[in-house]
Amino acid sequence: MEIINVIKAKNLTKKFGDFTAVDAITFEVKKGEIFGFLGANGAGKTTAMKMLIGISIPTSGEASVAGFDVYKNPDDIKKNIGYMSQKFALYDDLTVKENITFYGGIYGLSRERIKEKRCQLVEELGLQNVVNELVSSLPLGWKQKLAFSVALLHEPKIIFLDEPTGGVDPITRRQFWEMIYKAANGGTTVFVTTHYMDEAEYCDRVSIMVDGKIEALDTPKNLKEQFKAETMNDVFLILARG
Amino acid sequence: MKTIGYIIQKEFKQIFRNKAMLPIIFVLPIIQLIILSSAATFEVKNIAFSFVDHDRTSFSRELINKFEASTFFNVITEFPSEKIASSAMLKGEVDVILEIPQYFERDLLKNRKTNLLVIINAIDGAAAGVENVYINQIVRSFNINAQTDLMQASDKKNIPKNIISIPSFWYNKTLNYKTFMVPGILVILVTMITLFLSGMNIVREKEIGTLEQMNVTPIKKHQFIIGKLFPFWVLGMVLLTVGLIIARVLFNVPMVGSLALMYLYTSVYILVILGMGLFISNFTDTQQQAMFIAWFFVVIFILMSGLFTPIESMPEWAQFLTEFNPVKYYVEVMRMVMLKGSSFIDILPQFLKTSIYAIIMNGLAVWSYKKTN
Repeated sequence: MEIINVIKAKNLTKKFGDFTAVDAITFEVKKGEIFGFLGANGAGKTTAMKMLIGISIPTSGEASVAGFDVYKNPDDIKKNIGYMSQKFALYDDLTVKENITFYGGIYGLSRERIKEKRCQLVEELGLQNVVNELVSSLPLGWKQKLAFSVALLHEPKIIFLDEPTGGVDPITRRQFWEMIYKAANGGTTVFVTTHYMDEAEYCDRVSIMVDGKIEALDTPKNLKEQFKAETMNDVFLILARG
Repeated sequence: MKTIGYIIQKEFKQIFRNKAMLPIIFVLPIIQLIILSSAATFEVKNIAFSFVDHDRTSFSRELINKFEASTFFNVITEFPSEKIASSAMLKGEVDVILEIPQYFERDLLKNRKTNLLVIINAIDGAAAGVENVYINQIVRSFNINAQTDLMQASDKKNIPKNIISIPSFWYNKTLNYKTFMVPGILVILVTMITLFLSGMNIVREKEIGTLEQMNVTPIKKHQFIIGKLFPFWVLGMVLLTVGLIIARVLFNVPMVGSLALMYLYTSVYILVILGMGLFISNFTDTQQQAMFIAWFFVVIFILMSGLFTPIESMPEWAQFLTEFNPVKYYVEVMRMVMLKGSSFIDILPQFLKTSIYAIIMNGLAVWSYKKTN
């Protein structure tokens, strides 16, 4: 059976003591969609995402990812998703090739498959000359693109990107978004958090979180109409300032 | 299994690529071994004294009374034969055996000369030296008394008293202090390096953010932990090998017992330490914190291991605490196997305790490692 809504969250809540980081959020993400998850710093985006990828147990509420329940089957979720954090997550002291081999290996890809994937990835990113260089020697933009490709190595159903373009130049950001589109066209669902409102325009649908709650959720076009704003930036400012 | 292989491969690459760490792992321990093996002295108390009295005369009893009266010697046991006495020493129950020969009194009265046999467990070379001095003092004072007695008992005068005690230091014949220290220092090195490296390794991944990435993969807990710790286990074994070679070549420390036994015990022992390292790293967020906590334990373990200060001289509560010190068992086993040639049966108590320790420590480590918060 084809799952239409690959991410479902209902009243998903996370509390740290008295502080409610994520306050009963409810939303659904469709298969193959690019879903933008927006919000100011500290609005609870990362916490919400951590619950969905199975590394943080929700305080209450329900959620399923790729058809698996976040409470019961976090390991099944992990097989079906890719994740790229705002912290750079490749090993700096390993080469490009070694990073690819390692991540491919722990997702259970065969040696032949890893090699095949590696050649393809290196060619697409134009990394032929640095394949045996340490990752630490690469410019940030290259690292981010590589990290994204590595997160897609095992062909996950959904990829979670936590502020993937933080600190990279506009050209690289542009290229990065081309990669995201390519992944989405291939049927991968993309769940992305970002601060850049121009990036929000590229998403199929966006949600905007303010103080742990989802204040708005629609296509960028509808949101702009709803808030009578010229750009997503204006929409965001209206909501975030309350 | 394949997953573990990939993790191990990655860990080894990272270890050997770290140009700053590699010399620290292999050069510093060697320097420490060389320097530390020539340090510190002892005050010896509570010497487990025993005797074999073949004479059973008033003279022999008087001599033993002297030892009984001494504050340095306690636990006075009598053995019927030297064979039983020496097996007690092998078990570590006694430190000193005084053997009074038959006709001790007769020879003393008749010939004014007799010999005493003193056997000292000299695994702890420094302590044995001190014990020898104590014994000589007591024998000398006995001599003076005996002389007075003899003078009264006989009319012959000015004949010199002639009791000579001939010490025989077992397990460390030349009382070489280094022979005693090297196995102990080796223990410390294996312990410190494996504890620090394993303790800091996982915290480091926490710091750089790759641990979160690992937690999002379908890696199983045990796969991750085995893959992470195995390289350090190998490293510990390599260190032991390097240390044993240095002990042999540089300090001429004998290896009386079985090398295989040494490696068998060490392989279990390192598991205890790695489990501890992992446990520490699960409760810390930075390498700095992990380092401090690791240091805290290492210092206590070393000072309470019986390496620098004899456990017998510690207060009772502290002696009880040493029961929970894995380093103590390792020091004991290392010395027993290297110097005494103890067999597996001899080290069985230590082996069992260490094995239980390993199971508990690693159980705690796996339990406290959480992929999900």
